[in-house]
Amino acid sequence: MDKLLFGDNQFFGINHMSEEKARAQSMRFQKIEAVIDVLDAAYDEGVRTFMCTTHDRIGLVADHIRANPTRYSDFVFYPCMPYAHKYANAVTEDGPLGALKRFIPNEGLFNAALRGGMSLARKDVEGVGTLLIDAEMKMFEGLNTPIIFVQNVVTDLILGLGFNEAFRIFADHIRNRYGAEPGFITMNTPRLVPVLESLGIENPIVCSNINKIGFRMSGGMEAYERTLKNHSFRAIAMSVFASGALKPDEAIEWICNQPNIESIVFGASSRGNIRNTKELVDKYWPVTQPA
Amino acid sequence: MIKVAVVGLGKMGISHLGIIRPHKDVELAAVCDSTGYILDILSKYTGLKTYTSYDKMLEEAELDAVIIATPSKAHVPMVKAALERGIHVFCEKPFTLSAEDSQMLAELAASKGLVNQVGYHYRFVGAFQEVKRLLDAGAIGEVSHVMAEAYGPVVLKPKGSTWRTQRVEGGGCLYDYAAHPINLLNWYFGMPSAVGGSVLGKIFSSDTDDEVYGTLYFDDGKTAQVSVNWSDESYRKMSTKITVWGTKGRIYADRQEVQVYLRDDATPPEGYTDGWNVRYTTELTEEVDFYIRGEEYSAQLDYFVRSIIDKNMDNVNGFTSAAQTDGVIAMMIADAEAGPADATESLAQRTAPKRKRFSLFSR
Repeated sequence: MDKLLFGDNQFFGINHMSEEKARAQSMRFQKIEAVIDVLDAAYDEGVRTFMCTTHDRIGLVADHIRANPTRYSDFVFYPCMPYAHKYANAVTEDGPLGALKRFIPNEGLFNAALRGGMSLARKDVEGVGTLLIDAEMKMFEGLNTPIIFVQNVVTDLILGLGFNEAFRIFADHIRNRYGAEPGFITMNTPRLVPVLESLGIENPIVCSNINKIGFRMSGGMEAYERTLKNHSFRAIAMSVFASGALKPDEAIEWICNQPNIESIVFGASSRGNIRNTKELVDKYWPVTQPA
Repeated sequence: MIKVAVVGLGKMGISHLGIIRPHKDVELAAVCDSTGYILDILSKYTGLKTYTSYDKMLEEAELDAVIIATPSKAHVPMVKAALERGIHVFCEKPFTLSAEDSQMLAELAASKGLVNQVGYHYRFVGAFQEVKRLLDAGAIGEVSHVMAEAYGPVVLKPKGSTWRTQRVEGGGCLYDYAAHPINLLNWYFGMPSAVGGSVLGKIFSSDTDDEVYGTLYFDDGKTAQVSVNWSDESYRKMSTKITVWGTKGRIYADRQEVQVYLRDDATPPEGYTDGWNVRYTTELTEEVDFYIRGEEYSAQLDYFVRSIIDKNMDNVNGFTSAAQTDGVIAMMIADAEAGPADATESLAQRTAPKRKRFSLFSR
C-alpha cells in the first residue's frame, strides 16, 4: 500500500465544510475530462492509487484507464462500495426486487437471476450480498484492484445492527473471487476492530477519520489512540485536514507522528495541492512504511 | 440498562436500530414490523427478538422505551398505547397528521411523567444550534424576517404508489421535507399566529405535493418565508438553510456552516466580531459515541436515553413542540386549499387585514 492514496470526494461535490464550495466543485468536475486531468496530475506526481466510490461516473474513468494501458501501467484502483445513493434511489423507484434485477451482473442473466432469486427466497444474505458485490465490481473488470472497501455507512450500519456475519461474507468473497484484500471504511474504528478480530479477519485494513482535532472520530480520540497502539490492523487515515479546519503542514506533521498508520487518503483538485501534500508526507514520513 | 424496542423497520427504523443497539445504556429488547421478511433476516443473523404484533410486544417485552418509525398515520394509536403502559416514547416526524391529536398525546405524556421526543434531528445539528444560541443572545438585534428553505432530489419523476406518495398517509414534500425548516422556525420563534400565501404544488406527484411555499406571521410583526422543493435534482441530498435578518445583522446557516454578519452597533457574543464571522461544522459539532450517518441522528437518540435516565421532562423536541409544527402544517394545508385572493375582489376587501391569512388556533 502506498503512503499516499488519492480520494474522490472532490469530484462529486462532497465537501464537509461548505455547500458553496461543494457546488463549485460539482460544476468544475461535471465533465469527466476534468476529473481525468486531475488524476493525470496525481499520477505524474507519483500518487498512483485512486480510492474511489463505485459511482457510475467512475465507470468512465475506468474505461479511460483500460483504454490507455501504457500511459497508466502503474494505476491502481481501490474501489469503495456500494455507492449507496444508487441503491436508495433504485429501491424507491423499483422496489427491492426490481432494484436487484437492475444491478445483477452480466455473467449470464439466468444464472444471476437464479442465484439472486433463490437467495432472496431463502433469506440468504450471502447469496444476495455477493451478487451485489459482483455488480459493483463490473466496472473494474481487467483493472488492478488489490484492495476492495466497503463504505462507512454500510460498515457502520452492519456494526450497529450486530450483523457481523456480513463482514465475513464480504471478506471471503473479496479474497476468493477477486484475489484482493478486504478493506473497511468506518467512523467507529475502536468498535469495529475488535469485531473484525473476533471474526478471524486478521490484520484487517481499516480506513477512518484520523485528525489532530478529533473530527468525526466517534468514541473519542483516546479510544482511537488505544486501538492504534494495542490492536493489529492496517490503518488508513482519512480527513486528516479535518475538512480544511487544519493547516496542511500542521495536519500532516501530526498524522505522521501517530503510531501504526500505514497510509493517508486525501483529495485535491489541483496539481499544486497534490504536490504540496506529497512533499509534506515525504518530509514528515520519510521512512518507507512496511507494505 | 434501558430496555428499548424499535417499531417500523423502514429507512428511519433501520437507521435508529443501528444507532441505538450499540448504546452503552441500552438493551435492545425487541423489534417490530408488519412484514415478516426483514424480521426473519434480522432474527436469523443478529438474534434480535422480533414481533409482528405491536400489542403483543408491548404486552411481553417489558419495555422502558419505544422508538416508533412507522408512517405518520399510524403514530397516534401506537404512541397512545405505549404511553398508557408507562413507556417513554421517541416518535419519528411528522408527529401526527392532526394538531389536536398531537396536543392530546403531549398532555397524556405529561400526565404520566414520561419522556417524549420527536425526531426533528436538525435541532441536533451544530450549526442550527449555534443559530439558536445567537438568537437567544440577541446577536442580530430585533429580527424582522426569516427565510427557511429545504431542497433535495426525492421525487424526480412520476412514481408508483407508496405511503410516501399519499398526503393522507403522511407522505409528500410538506410532511417529509418542509416539516424540518418549519420545526426550526418553531424552535427559534415559537408558534406563528397566522399563515398566508401557502402553495402546495405538484411537480411529478399525483396524490401529494412536491413543492411548498408560504409565509408565516408572528404576533410581534416578524415574518418567515418557507421555500421547499423535493424535486430539485441540482442538490445531491437534502439541504436545509436558514437566513435571519435583524436590525443589527444577518445570520445564514446550513448543515455545514454558520455565516454571521454583525453591524458595528451590534454587541458581538463571545468569539464573534463586527463584520463577517464564519463557524464551520468541524468546530460546532460535538463528537458522538457511535456514528452511522451524521452526528445529529446519534445525538438525538443519546439525548432521549439520557433524558430517561436523568428524568428530564423538559427536553428538546418534546411532543408539545412537535404539535406546533403539526399545527403550522395544518394551517398551511387549509390556507392552500382556500387559494389566493381573487383579482375581482374589491380593493377594500383585499386590504382588510388577514383576509387570506389562515389561523386554526392562536397561541
